[in-house]
Amino acid sequence: MSNASTIEFSTAQGPAGSLTATFTGVLDADGAGRVWTRAVEAVRAGSGEVSLDVGGLSEIDGVGLGLLVALKAIQAEKGATLAIHGLPSALQTVIDRYDAAKLAELQKPRQQDRAGFVVRAGRFGWEVMRAAKGVISFVGECCIALVYAVLHPWSIRFKDLARQCELVGANGLGIIVLIGFLMGLILAFQTAITLIRFGAQAFVPNMLGLAMVREMGPLVTAILLAGRSGSAFAAEIGTMKVNDEINALVTMGLAPMRFLVTPKILAAMIMTPLLTLFFDLFSFVGGAVVMLSLDYPLESYAHRLFNNVSMTDFIGGLIKALVFSLLVAGVGCLQGLNTRNGAGAVGESTTAAVVGGIVLIAVADGLFAVIYYALGI
Amino acid sequence: MDSSNRTNGAQERPIIQVRDMTCAYGDFVVVRDVNFDVRRGEVFVVLGGSGCGKSTVLKHVIGLNQPVKGRVFLDGEDFTAASERERLRLIRRFGVMYQSGALFGSMTLLENVRLPLEEFTNLPQEAMDFVANMKLSLVGLEGAANRMPAELSGGMQKRAAIARAMALDPDILFLDEPSAGLDPVTSAGLDELILSLSRNMGITFVIVTHELPSIMAIADRIIMLDKDAKTIVAEGDPRELKEHSDNPVVRQFFNRQADRAA
Repeated sequence: MSNASTIEFSTAQGPAGSLTATFTGVLDADGAGRVWTRAVEAVRAGSGEVSLDVGGLSEIDGVGLGLLVALKAIQAEKGATLAIHGLPSALQTVIDRYDAAKLAELQKPRQQDRAGFVVRAGRFGWEVMRAAKGVISFVGECCIALVYAVLHPWSIRFKDLARQCELVGANGLGIIVLIGFLMGLILAFQTAITLIRFGAQAFVPNMLGLAMVREMGPLVTAILLAGRSGSAFAAEIGTMKVNDEINALVTMGLAPMRFLVTPKILAAMIMTPLLTLFFDLFSFVGGAVVMLSLDYPLESYAHRLFNNVSMTDFIGGLIKALVFSLLVAGVGCLQGLNTRNGAGAVGESTTAAVVGGIVLIAVADGLFAVIYYALGI
Repeated sequence: MDSSNRTNGAQERPIIQVRDMTCAYGDFVVVRDVNFDVRRGEVFVVLGGSGCGKSTVLKHVIGLNQPVKGRVFLDGEDFTAASERERLRLIRRFGVMYQSGALFGSMTLLENVRLPLEEFTNLPQEAMDFVANMKLSLVGLEGAANRMPAELSGGMQKRAAIARAMALDPDILFLDEPSAGLDPVTSAGLDELILSLSRNMGITFVIVTHELPSIMAIADRIIMLDKDAKTIVAEGDPRELKEHSDNPVVRQFFNRQADRAA
């Protein structure tokens, strides 16, 4: 495939629409690329027999042979023949091995089945129904597994549970503390700048306490959980699915629900409220840094902050965290179990787990706002 | 015209020369001071029991791993010491089929085979499709061109992987365990395919396998590696080695006898 390779292609009309074509030079991938379109068009335009002289070729490779077969296929389609002269018999055998007519058939553009609107709408609806059915049966199985775990605590695999608690909780503590501290700092700083103009910076701790405990704490912790653990659940279970490990569990008589899903969901439900506590605590520390820098005494900061947060606010926030964690872990495991085949599938289900988790958190948070308002909490 | 023929004289330079190659992972030496030649156009089989370093030797010959010591020559050119530019030119000389096929899961078979053509040639679209279809028809998969690898059986995936390895018409094809996990009929079909490609197209095959029937059917020459000796323990025609080898390890392998608890 040197740059110096040369290829010549010439044609001459013969009697009764027949065509004589000559290749000279090097018919390798490079050369064939240069004359392919010309040669194909010349043969396609002809109506009779084609005689191909390749005696002047100094070199030919598989792509070059491909061009000869392609010309043969065009002739076969027209019901005419192609005679090749000057080809070594070994290569002639190679060419004869290909079914030119069949290859010509493959070359034709395929008929795309263009489904009408009704068909597509029907397919879409059917897909949605199927997905909904999957979710419903997963939720049902999940409930059964969790109720069973509560009624028979000794059936829980505590080693797995402890391991998951470490992965979800202990290993995630660092980022929770960091984000909590920064959130508290930023929120306190932004409100203080505004309130200080009215001399009302004393109300910063009131705001910070409520906002963090009721809203931000559970919400941000759950979003971090979706990014850290929901994705990990989906990837782990998805990889197991691709490797037939899920099938291995089933045939061993071990329900994947009890074996894989229950420890993960329980671990998430145990650790998320605790992580939320840390998030709240460190956001207060962040707020304290801002208030101290404004020469506001720490005692009054703490006093105002904790006086303004009731036990109901606190418990309400933790319940939210608990529900969010159930949703995030559940959707992570569901997407993992729904993984299809192939390397890309694990990536798809991981993405679906994070996106699904965050959407569910947002929806649930809205519902909580309505419910808490109605209950007067 | 290069109608490569397997009857070329013995004076011809071997297409692959391996000299004093030592392969190791960290401190663990897999094989030590291996020497062998692969002649142009032959079907050369690397065999040995599990864990003896067959695949390791293959990975070092194709340049995925660098040998600790020794050299590999491809058609007389030093492959181990080649610059990045030379290496890129040399790797075009061979194609590799990996044990699991390693087809790209996000592409159809046709796209898999067409990928090297798209990247390395200036062929028009129509020509690339035609050549890719030709390669697929060569391995008997012309009807499956638009299917995804995940939809195919193991044997079809392996055949498609061979088609992809052949896309750029390499002189040498390296096959890692082509018949492992295939049924006898498919496996025999694959053997026939290898033989016909070797005889008709003059492609040199280097095959790693431990499937005895397949070795007997296709191999022109073999080398046998051994886990304990960490080197080549036998070299030559498998049919002769089976009958006349004086090495008990080799006889045991070819006659399919279990280790005796001594």
